[in-house]
Amino acid sequence: MRLKLNRSSIPKHLLLLAAVLLVIIPGYFVLVTAFKSQAAYSLNKFSFPSPITLENFGTALRGGRFLLWFQNSVILSVGAVLLSAVVSLPAAFAFARMDFRARNPILAVITSLMVIPPVVMIVPLFLLLARIDLIGTYPGAIVVYAGMVTPFSIYLLTNFFKTIPHEIVESALMDGASPMVILLRILVPLSAPALTTLVVVNVLWVWNDLLLALVLLPRDDMRTLMVGITVFGSRYNNDVPVAMAGMLLASVPMLVLYLFGQRYFIRGLVAGAVKG
Amino acid sequence: MLRTRAYLPYLYLAPAVLLLLFVFGYPLVAIFDFSLRRIRGASGPFIGMTNYGQIFKDDVFQQAVLHNLMLLSAVPILVGICLLLAVLLHDRLRGWQWYRTILFLPYVLAVPVIGVVFSNMLQLNGIVNELLRAAGLGAGALDWIGSAGLALWSVMGIIIWRESGFGIVLFLARLLSLSEDLQDAARIDGANGWQRMTRVTIPQMKGVIEFYTVVSVITMLAWVFSYVYAITRGGPGNATQVLELYIYNFAFRNGLPGIASAVAVLLFLVALVLIFPLFRLRGQDDE
Repeated sequence: MRLKLNRSSIPKHLLLLAAVLLVIIPGYFVLVTAFKSQAAYSLNKFSFPSPITLENFGTALRGGRFLLWFQNSVILSVGAVLLSAVVSLPAAFAFARMDFRARNPILAVITSLMVIPPVVMIVPLFLLLARIDLIGTYPGAIVVYAGMVTPFSIYLLTNFFKTIPHEIVESALMDGASPMVILLRILVPLSAPALTTLVVVNVLWVWNDLLLALVLLPRDDMRTLMVGITVFGSRYNNDVPVAMAGMLLASVPMLVLYLFGQRYFIRGLVAGAVKG
Repeated sequence: MLRTRAYLPYLYLAPAVLLLLFVFGYPLVAIFDFSLRRIRGASGPFIGMTNYGQIFKDDVFQQAVLHNLMLLSAVPILVGICLLLAVLLHDRLRGWQWYRTILFLPYVLAVPVIGVVFSNMLQLNGIVNELLRAAGLGAGALDWIGSAGLALWSVMGIIIWRESGFGIVLFLARLLSLSEDLQDAARIDGANGWQRMTRVTIPQMKGVIEFYTVVSVITMLAWVFSYVYAITRGGPGNATQVLELYIYNFAFRNGLPGIASAVAVLLFLVALVLIFPLFRLRGQDDE
């Protein structure tokens, strides 16, 4: 470790603090506003709330169906992430450990799908799902979300499987284990860190999507959290404290997840960009 | 490599490939077909290039293209900010991990939440303008979201606010993987901080910088729907209209999926062109 002179590090700290301030100010605004009455808000927008009121949260919960939206988002995220993992594990195993014709071109095509924005596919997907009556249903949306995150799943798992020492697989083969047993009993347990990263990144993708949820789940009672808060935000455009209370409610789950699993977020998002 | 029966790998690939054919394969072929038809319901008569002729004559489409191109000006800003902050974090000042946690945070937050919060902060009598007035800069208190001349730049600011988190972490990860030898050699040769930065660090990071640039270009051209939808819905008027919103409106509001598909084809071709530099650059530094 290099020696740090305190004086020379002051401007650096100041620059970083300025950036941190820019990030934090909206958070401060949400926090102080959510606990303020409308009257107190119009009087002073910066001050700490006093007295602190929880009324905005009550109004927000009555005005928006946060629990239902939350539940819908959880069902879609869990369903899509599981389905994607189930199809991606054997595919990644094949790419990493088996030799077959056209392996590299197929993998290259699948990896490049990560770049195609969902809006490009949205029209045919909607018409196709409408024809088989899957618009506004969990299965229809789960299959689409699972497909959207699968290129990343395969990419990440393939790279991870390649890092597992050959000897481990070889010795299992000697013992007469079949490929499926090797995958499920050896590779999957060894992949816990990669799978955690995968789950975090894919949940984040599905959880934060707005476009597909708007189009594939048009019914009110099928709204995801993202669609719900978009509607909620414009409804309470004139009651800022209630709007902010709603945004706070909507953000808490992801914030908690981030604070506890930060390294998985960071590792996962960087993993998409560098060779494994 | 595992020696298996010849069909086995394909069996392992089949579920994933079927899923991808359903979600990517069929739609990517279908948009070309749809874009040449007047779609009503599920299909419609072949009308050649009429849809394409239509969109190129449409003022709103031209504005959408222009706005996506204007958003590209965020790319150099993003790269600059992320590079600066990543280098500062890499100095491992006291508390650098706290700085990193906070600076990455916006990227984890949901875009609709950010959209709702910022549109309230940027209202005519919102907190941003009150701050400006309190600081004696009342002349700078503008209608950030509500005026046609400013709305797109406000949206761009919000995009930069969130997307920089990813760039910072990406650059920092690359910096942490660099060997210190070259830095030390440069220091011994008497190079100052700025010289080490421009002559040593940045050249070593060329690959990841180019990679992030291409990713950001794709984001600005084809991945800003949730920002625009949550902040302005394309308004005021068409001041923040972008290609994704244009596709969404034509397919699901105006009931013209043929037109929407023609725009989707164009966007797909743009993404296709950008895939090649992206995969040439991915992890290039490692070699």
